[in-house]
Amino acid sequence: MRLHEYQAKDILRKAGIKTPRGVTASSPSEAGEAFSEIGAPIAVVKAQILAGGRGKVGGVKAVHSPEEAQYAASQMIGRRLFTAQSGHEGLVVRKVLVEEGLTVEKEFYLGIAIDRECARPVIIASAAGGMDIEEISRKEPEKVLREYIEPVFGLQPYQARRLAYEVGAGPDNINKFVDILLKLHIVFLVSDLELIEINPLVLVESDELIALDAKMVVDDNAFFRHEDLTKLADISDMNPLEYEAKSAGLKYIKLQGSIGCMVNGAGLAMATMDMIKACGGEPANFLDVGGGAAAGKIKRALGILLSDKQVEAVLINIFGGILRCDELAKGIVAAASELSVSVPMVARLEGTNSLEGAEILRKSGLNISFAGSMREAGELAVASIKSNA
Amino acid sequence: MGILINKDTRVLVQGITGHEGGFHAKQMLEYGTDVVAGVTPGKGGSSVLGVPVYDTVLKAVKDTGADASVIFVPAEYASDAILEAADAGISLVVCITEGIPVHDMMVVMRAMVFTDSRLVGPNCPGIITPGQCKIGIMPGYIHKKGNIGVISRSGTLTYEAVFQLTKSGLGQSTCIGIGGDPVKGMSFVDCLELFQDDPDTDAVLMIGEIGGQGEELAAKFITDGKFTKPVFAYIAGLTAPEGRRMGHAGAIISGGVGTAKGKVDALAEAGATMINNPSDIGKIVYNNVK
Repeated sequence: MRLHEYQAKDILRKAGIKTPRGVTASSPSEAGEAFSEIGAPIAVVKAQILAGGRGKVGGVKAVHSPEEAQYAASQMIGRRLFTAQSGHEGLVVRKVLVEEGLTVEKEFYLGIAIDRECARPVIIASAAGGMDIEEISRKEPEKVLREYIEPVFGLQPYQARRLAYEVGAGPDNINKFVDILLKLHIVFLVSDLELIEINPLVLVESDELIALDAKMVVDDNAFFRHEDLTKLADISDMNPLEYEAKSAGLKYIKLQGSIGCMVNGAGLAMATMDMIKACGGEPANFLDVGGGAAAGKIKRALGILLSDKQVEAVLINIFGGILRCDELAKGIVAAASELSVSVPMVARLEGTNSLEGAEILRKSGLNISFAGSMREAGELAVASIKSNA
Repeated sequence: MGILINKDTRVLVQGITGHEGGFHAKQMLEYGTDVVAGVTPGKGGSSVLGVPVYDTVLKAVKDTGADASVIFVPAEYASDAILEAADAGISLVVCITEGIPVHDMMVVMRAMVFTDSRLVGPNCPGIITPGQCKIGIMPGYIHKKGNIGVISRSGTLTYEAVFQLTKSGLGQSTCIGIGGDPVKGMSFVDCLELFQDDPDTDAVLMIGEIGGQGEELAAKFITDGKFTKPVFAYIAGLTAPEGRRMGHAGAIISGGVGTAKGKVDALAEAGATMINNPSDIGKIVYNNVK
């Protein structure tokens, strides 16, 4: 789960890392009041969306008066921002963060991520702050410093010191930089983060180091021990179908195509999407009903697929193991009858009792064709759309 | 022969008194696996399916000589269960549990360095040497004894691939599901290393997916001449969008790293026979090894 900038900064402040003075606002008038409250000659109004790249699309504006702050906020709140990371549908701005403007002397990039291949956290630091770190890594890899953290021993002060010198923090700022790094590591640990980024970390006139922007991604698997963080989840930007799927215990991702697919297992679901594409169609979604795939789940999954108005055909691909295909076929028939499906359906059942399953589908009288292989399923689904058109 | 497990492997089930653990212990016993003990703290002294239950792994190992363990305990307690098994001298720990926090797994992986144990998983279907020993949740009957080694990050997609092999007449030496998490035990490279030295394995089928660098590292291992048998590979997720997790915690393309295309290109470059269509897995392997 990704946190908003203002939420991430709250966490940083509590950990003792300085951030600009700021106030969140949910309306233009609140933004005007926030400007007055901060009392700085210049402020910055920042759209709070769960995607980077705001600056390039008008999501960050410098303002000099309450009126300007109010106007800037009115141009953001309630509008949809389309950034390089926001996806096709863009993201609606519901809040802005109004912060004091600072005179920046120097900018750094500072982050901690997980290097999965060596199973350790890695600090990434660069003197090229404020820019896209992935782009810098590609173009000028020598400008990106890395320091691995031992998961058992944790970040050691000498490592933080070494980074501070190498990144060019300057002789007067080594201790401040080390202090921030050690605190950042503690936040990374205690909040179960997959990623924490301060980009940029800025050195201001008063020789203080301040986190000008912040990004945090919490490990969803660790929610059971973070009730506080779970409450920060912003579901308003979630696709409504994805939200419904999540509450039903289904893994669903909405895509742009017309063939809805229901599969058991994430790998098989991805393979099914690839198969649809290979047959000349486009998958409407990723949907993993999980290992058990009980009748109730099948029904909710089918309901979600059919609520997507772009879906013109449904492809069901199930590998029955412990789960028997005849049981599953009964579930499909029951769900399809109850939901009065109007689009053609193709089912491919393999594994335990697949022939019995096919027989049940054939006798159901529903518009479900049975495929003997994944390829046949893909071809039938694509053909059914063409013949329906 | 196969790798890691065989008919002499003595298996312990952690979480045997739970719903999942009990169900799959029964399936494993029916397959012929030598399930010698179960462990559930607080249930020591009882028995499940005729298998004695212990409070601690150490006691179970001392009494029964178990040398492999399979873990079905909930995610909150699973990393502790892995460490307990490793500490008790279990040489192969297979963790089925899904949803273990990645920070817990990083600590586990460092701690494992100080033991002689190997970890398969977590979030995986397990490992099977057909006809000899099944440790995990895969349906036994889709497998057949033979000479193809299978390594996969997936669950049902592995069953799909294995069943296609079996239907085309090809059996398997050992099939390992290494799991769908970002931080995990055995990697593609670790498995290739063992299959290289296994006289019963003539070729290996790899089932990969988006996310991480495991397939690319396997390609490098092959290119470096450390794996010399034929490799077949299928990679799922060519149509997956960037930045979205495809079910598995580890199946995500971020910063342009971990794309299906990058993996396909790396493995093809290393000389692996790439299977582009998941319906063709059995056919292509059959046509090339017969």
